[in-house]
Amino acid sequence: MTEASHEIVERALAASRADGCVVIASESSTVNLRWANNTLTTNGAARDRSVTVISIVGRSFGVRSVSSIDSGSGGGSETADKLAELVWSSEAAAKDADEAEDYADLLTPGQPGTATAGPGGEAFDEPARRTSTSVFSTFATDLGEALRAARAEGRALYGFAEHDLTTTWLGTSTGVRLRHSQPTGTVEWNAKNGQPGGSVWHGQSTHDFADVDVAATDAELRRRLAWCARSIDLPAGRYETLLPPSAVSDLILDAYWSAAGRDAAEGRTVFSRAGGGTRLGEAFGPAGLRLFSDPNDSELSCTPFVSASHSSATSSVFDNGLALGRTNWFDDGKLAALVHTRASARAAGTSATPFIDNLIMDGGGTATLDEMVASTKRGLLLTCLWYIREVDPEVLLLTGLTRDGVYLVENGEVTGAVNNFRFNESPVSALGRITEIGAATRTLGREWADWFTLSRMPALRIPDFNMSSVSPAS
Amino acid sequence: MSIAASPGAGAPGTPPHDVDPEFLALPRTALTDAALQTARDLGASHADIRIERLRDGSLSFRDGNLESSHDGSTVGFAVRVVHEGTWGFAAGVDLTVDEAVRVAREAVEIAKVARPLNSEPIELVDEPVHADATWVSAYRVNPFAIDTRDQIDRIAGLCRTLLASPDVDHVDGHFNGVQENKYYADLAGTSTTQQRVRVICQLEATKVDPAGGFETMRTIAPPVGRGWEWLIAGPAAGCWDWDAEIETIPGLLAEKAKASSVTPGRYDLVIDPSNLWLTIHESVGHATELDRALGYEAAYAGTSFATLDKLGNLRYGSPLMNVTGDRTAPHGLATIGYDDEGVATSRWDIVRSGTLVGYQLDRRMTAANAAALGVSRSNGCAFADSPGHVPIQRMANVSLAAAPGGPSTEDLIRGVDRGIYIVGDKSWSIDMQRYNFQFTGQRFYEIRKGRIVGQLRDVAYQATTTDFWGALDGLGGEQTYVLGGAFNCGKGQPGQVAAVSHGAPATLFRGVNILNTRHEAGR
Repeated sequence: MTEASHEIVERALAASRADGCVVIASESSTVNLRWANNTLTTNGAARDRSVTVISIVGRSFGVRSVSSIDSGSGGGSETADKLAELVWSSEAAAKDADEAEDYADLLTPGQPGTATAGPGGEAFDEPARRTSTSVFSTFATDLGEALRAARAEGRALYGFAEHDLTTTWLGTSTGVRLRHSQPTGTVEWNAKNGQPGGSVWHGQSTHDFADVDVAATDAELRRRLAWCARSIDLPAGRYETLLPPSAVSDLILDAYWSAAGRDAAEGRTVFSRAGGGTRLGEAFGPAGLRLFSDPNDSELSCTPFVSASHSSATSSVFDNGLALGRTNWFDDGKLAALVHTRASARAAGTSATPFIDNLIMDGGGTATLDEMVASTKRGLLLTCLWYIREVDPEVLLLTGLTRDGVYLVENGEVTGAVNNFRFNESPVSALGRITEIGAATRTLGREWADWFTLSRMPALRIPDFNMSSVSPAS
Repeated sequence: MSIAASPGAGAPGTPPHDVDPEFLALPRTALTDAALQTARDLGASHADIRIERLRDGSLSFRDGNLESSHDGSTVGFAVRVVHEGTWGFAAGVDLTVDEAVRVAREAVEIAKVARPLNSEPIELVDEPVHADATWVSAYRVNPFAIDTRDQIDRIAGLCRTLLASPDVDHVDGHFNGVQENKYYADLAGTSTTQQRVRVICQLEATKVDPAGGFETMRTIAPPVGRGWEWLIAGPAAGCWDWDAEIETIPGLLAEKAKASSVTPGRYDLVIDPSNLWLTIHESVGHATELDRALGYEAAYAGTSFATLDKLGNLRYGSPLMNVTGDRTAPHGLATIGYDDEGVATSRWDIVRSGTLVGYQLDRRMTAANAAALGVSRSNGCAFADSPGHVPIQRMANVSLAAAPGGPSTEDLIRGVDRGIYIVGDKSWSIDMQRYNFQFTGQRFYEIRKGRIVGQLRDVAYQATTTDFWGALDGLGGEQTYVLGGAFNCGKGQPGQVAAVSHGAPATLFRGVNILNTRHEAGR
């Protein structure tokens, strides 16, 4: 019999002899389907579980985690022994460790800044919620129809659908008890028609697959494949470019991940000011541009408290249980906040603004992507970006590829499919060159979809996006 | 009991080790019997079980101070079946007979759900049975047998030595040690128990210009399939000379910070193996994975220009180019005795004298393409990165052969009139068919008339794979050969990571396109 995670948290805390202790337990269940060449390739269902114990001795900490405290032969005293062994192992690690630079007193219930379950919140002792293949019941049927139609009509479909439900319990020796369940679903489609450049993509982030419309997606894929009937070769160069929300999400995520306040203050990021300090308050984008995170966003809700199993420039184990709220990273085009733990915030003389698992950009635009195409005299319309890597952190120069759909727009209409390009661009620089911001829509960045699925982005018009070279890939 | 390779085979000086008793104490037989019998009873034509335990220890340092220390253990198992010609896969974490039965049933149920979507019946190529086989990788000291305080002191000491230099403002350090235990059994009778150990340590120094801007330089020590000895034993034991490398970095960083910005154009390149391993990984390793060539990764990791119809006739590079796939190389990160389908591992040719002659395979792809491949056996490239993930075809140690009796790096440099010598990897990116790539590095030395005249900065090389390898004009000898690699090669959905090594000698390429990254940024 497997012990409930909330009980494990309580027993680990009870076993602790350290000055402070944080226990994070998680249980996840996931199901997936993968297809290629119009047939299923792999599929699966898996459950995972982990217990992480962070012991604090003096001003030092040690972390130990396991996926299971069960020996395999039963529970009872043997399980209790394994849990105690885990706790004591983390205490020994804390005694071995240096004093932590990010040391802070653990948060207590009721202290300003400490998260609360809130009205309607999840009870700490609820069992884990689980997903199952039933989440795909409608989707799998519709997928089967789409695969059959593609076979009959000479298209090839490739893709992947996954649904994960992870429940996290957080308990501290100071009395904090928090719990959160996070559903995460994605579905990605790639359709090919065998013609040069005839490859298109659509990605979607979803909580529960109820909003996944296979027929509508298939229709959009077919519309884009039709754009590929005319193939156009264009050379490398700077082009007016319509970045769709997926591409914007991937590019701006790199900026978000580079926004550690401490690193910026030390002079080693794009957000460092020459001569010392940071670029807070500096205008990077047009007036009205906002970039923010909000765990309580109705469409993109995510964990509303800090749950950190390690310390870094952007996280601190001592902040576990800290409430997360809306944080404006860019406000009216100006850099408004950098990612700060409580410790780095103290050093910077500001308030803590921890990393949050969603990201939203809004510039007040209302135009749909189709409307932006219609108002384009000549430019490129992209589908998504791929293999994005940092080239120069000083300016956050990124390189990467366009993928599965670059279209030439002339006089308001798509006139053909263009070859792919390698780009070399800085998203921070590109913000300052925006000439149009579209309506923000929920999207899935293709490059970083394995790590970050909750974003709402507008399409952006960049007048001179740097397509550094031509890629023959299609 | 059959032994694929004696513990430490091919790796002189590494003592034999037993498999971790804690792993051996897991109820492997009971779970296997329950899961495989359940799958058989439910009509599976193939069933296998993997029971795995992964220990993962990491230390991170910031400016000589320990920033975070973590030691984690993941235990679980997975059952994979072929039922009515369709895959089914399920995984669990509770190592009980009841759970093994539940997971086996779930795998069959998933196969039934998936059956209407599957138009290509799954067949696996036959492989010899390896009953009760054991294999342990070559290492001296298991990193989990070392006191954490000793590990902290060693790495923090290296960081602080760097930080003591007036040319260094910040130092970031990271160490990661892994012990991987895998048990595999299938209905045909194969059962294997294996243990691998690997470590990676990287230190990066940063110099901040008070007037704005900064420059970095990272150690080029590769990750290896060795133990803690990699950090302490030194070159006499075949390990890295950390103290010597750390001593050179401040001066090299200061020189780089003051270096001239490169003039873009075509240059001859002498590429150190510390840089070329990554180019091999991206432009040859991934391009010759058969699942990519067949389109299985089309929606995610991408396909390959090296499609199956080009086997035996694709001119991949110059006649100097000989590349092997190898899951047996001593201390290689992808080295193991048996893959995750119970196939004994091997070494084989991928590119011979510049021509594509082989792919990386698993049992299903081999069965489906045996005639085109001209082989009847898998070469053992199935791998799952955790008990919760299904095995997919992953990369072997794909390496470029040195020239027997070939020249030194200095000899190669002497043959260049106008060029750049590139050391260490940094930024990397390649397109979804493995044509167009761009790489940077840690250090770029300008070569004029056969001599190094100083460092350059802001360098990136950009090329098309077959043009680049066609420009290969010189290979160093065995004395220049180094096994580089990475812990974090990503592929598949759900995403999986794998560790892999790539060996290369020093090399000379003619007329490669060099970009100036400042210009690319519009500065």
